[in-house]
Amino acid sequence: MSTPLASSPNGGAGDGPSCGLKIQFNEVEKRYGMRLALRGVTLAIAAGECVALVGHNGSGKTTLLKITAQLTKPSRGKIAFFLGENPIGLEEVKSRVGMVGHHTLLYEELTAEENLIFFAKLFGLPDPAERARQALQPVGLAGRATDLVRTFSRGMRQRLSIARALLASPGLLLLDEAGTGLDPEGQHWLGATIKRLRDSGCTILMSTHGRNETQEAVTRAIRLDGGKITHDSGAGGNPNEVLVMAAVRDGGEEGEL
Amino acid sequence: MTLARAAGVILAKELWTEFRSRELLGTTAVFVLIVVVLFSFTFNPTSSEARRFGPGLLWLAFLFAGSLMLQSSFLREQTNDTLAALRLAPIDPFSILAGKMAANFLFLLLVEVILLPVFAVLYNVAILPVLGQLLLVLALGTIGLAATGTVFSAVAAQARLRELLLPLLLLPVLAPVLIASTEATIGILRDPSELSPVWLTFLACFDVVFLTAAWMVGEYLLEE
Repeated sequence: MSTPLASSPNGGAGDGPSCGLKIQFNEVEKRYGMRLALRGVTLAIAAGECVALVGHNGSGKTTLLKITAQLTKPSRGKIAFFLGENPIGLEEVKSRVGMVGHHTLLYEELTAEENLIFFAKLFGLPDPAERARQALQPVGLAGRATDLVRTFSRGMRQRLSIARALLASPGLLLLDEAGTGLDPEGQHWLGATIKRLRDSGCTILMSTHGRNETQEAVTRAIRLDGGKITHDSGAGGNPNEVLVMAAVRDGGEEGEL
Repeated sequence: MTLARAAGVILAKELWTEFRSRELLGTTAVFVLIVVVLFSFTFNPTSSEARRFGPGLLWLAFLFAGSLMLQSSFLREQTNDTLAALRLAPIDPFSILAGKMAANFLFLLLVEVILLPVFAVLYNVAILPVLGQLLLVLALGTIGLAATGTVFSAVAAQARLRELLLPLLLLPVLAPVLIASTEATIGILRDPSELSPVWLTFLACFDVVFLTAAWMVGEYLLEE
């Protein structure tokens, strides 16, 4: 699992590095019925940053990722995306976003290859079959390309889910506890892949619990509590203080320290 | 990517999935056959009365088939949250609905075509001389059924009592389709030249209204 999968983050057009997206959240609030999942989040994430979102379960990490992916709309406030200094439309943003969610986002009744070909077609990528074959190689599933996803273990599904997210060489990668279900080798590979993507200019926003290898690539850490940002190491700051503090405060509850 | 192309990709996926499992078509076809056969036990199917009531029973069976088949249209997208994966793609949200509508239309039409000969035998109805007109009514009625059912399947899939909710939402809304399709079918079976333009226009209008509404609110229907 060493072949680079996505060396040039973009919208699938192959326009090289440094095309990570810049994100600006302005007073973003999300309400589910009477419950406020996010409370006035104001945050700027520069292109190429690798940001870890940490906090208790229910602190708002997944909601923030879903709003960023446009899977749900904020109840109040705005989110804007920039490519360089130019604002880009939501339609264009979608073609530049890859996401690994809590669920695998895969069809169990399709094979690994069919899943990737299907999503490659939806993203309008050229030569979907070849793209799918290339994407399966680095996640170590080339030998299982024609097997149904329902026959895969949790870890294999997670690897395929990551391959799906990286299929269009995204400029913004959203990872919601992407290391879940991966064995130590898989965790190591994921950490290395995140580093490589970060170094090539991709913006990465990921939620994470406890200390793990994916956090080694982190350039900034943000702790959420009750839907509010309580700690932010800031761009160029030391994320380890926030990560360690979050591991102590939040990890104990999860037993993941 | 154009709406039509994205819908085509989703349609192809739906057809391929069903071709591989044959679960939905198989169970729905058997269910509808049982319903039509059971209906035929309730009165003497060779009487002229049967020809009067037969089309209504036939369309009721199609409605039951629809509520059974369309249930899983969005429900199976819940398993691994694949609906989110579709919504992450840079495509028009309506293309997700359109692809599924087209697949559901083809599935329902196939079940109906399988059922027609059984209906003709059990209810002593000659369908061959009026097959063309009948297929036109079937197509218009089934578009309405598939379009409405797909929309409500998307709504019901996100609710708590999702299995119960779809028939509760769908059957009352489809009452106009049931009435118009039944009346048009009765007319055709009574006299092949009696293809009522009123009921056909009514069905076409219903289809256009629901497809337009689905296009306009598609994004909100699929949102969490």
